[in-house]
Amino acid sequence: MAKQNDIKYLTSTRVEKRAKKYCRFKKLGIKYVDYKDAEFLKKFVNDQGKMLPRRITGNSLKFQRKVAHAVKKARQMALLPYVTDLLK
Amino acid sequence: MYRIIPYLCSPKNVSGYSFSEGYPQLLPDGEGIFLNNIKFFMATNNLQSYELMVIFTPVLAEDDFKAAQKKFSDLIKEHGGEMTHQNPWGLRSLAYPIEKKTTGLYWVSEFEAPTDLIAKLELQMNRDENVMRHMVNKLDKHAVAYNLRKRNKHTAEVVAS
Repeated sequence: MAKQNDIKYLTSTRVEKRAKKYCRFKKLGIKYVDYKDAEFLKKFVNDQGKMLPRRITGNSLKFQRKVAHAVKKARQMALLPYVTDLLK
Repeated sequence: MYRIIPYLCSPKNVSGYSFSEGYPQLLPDGEGIFLNNIKFFMATNNLQSYELMVIFTPVLAEDDFKAAQKKFSDLIKEHGGEMTHQNPWGLRSLAYPIEKKTTGLYWVSEFEAPTDLIAKLELQMNRDENVMRHMVNKLDKHAVAYNLRKRNKHTAEVVAS
């Protein structure tokens, strides 16, 4: 049986290196997430108006929570829709 | 106008003393009492920053819209609040229909008020037929700074143009 070391690849294995995600709030020093700014909050929701997860936005937990609160407030005040299609 | 609250602040508690007896007690502003050689002040000025957003029904005429704004800003002032800023957004389309209407008159205001005002304000807003939806937000120091910066930026742009 071939050991791990014995396996030879014909082409070199490609390891894709993605740019590391970062929390834009921490980077830009934003401390307050405004629920009135619907255009800004649209960056954190998908086409159906659902919140994007942290693994996609890259937000830190603290700011993801604040964004979530802001989005929910904006929905209450009809600045963002609860459900929709083709938001963007 | 100051509001007297029935407990003392700073330091928060002293062991062995129950403050339930004899309180609330009126103390003049700035004056305190001594207990165990520790000075206690009555928290007289417990104002808190709030932001109010109201969606009025779009059938209001311009004068009615102004009157409705005045009604609530007067209510705030009457109960010891202080208006910091008012921003009528005016007619805006809603993201989804509310009460079968697709537009609404938005009014955003920032004020400082004693904490018991909010319940009264909300009661009045619930009773008012012109109010389709309302929201009161407590502002922390970052939010106040953000609003101030946004306001100044806006006025600077207006002056420049």
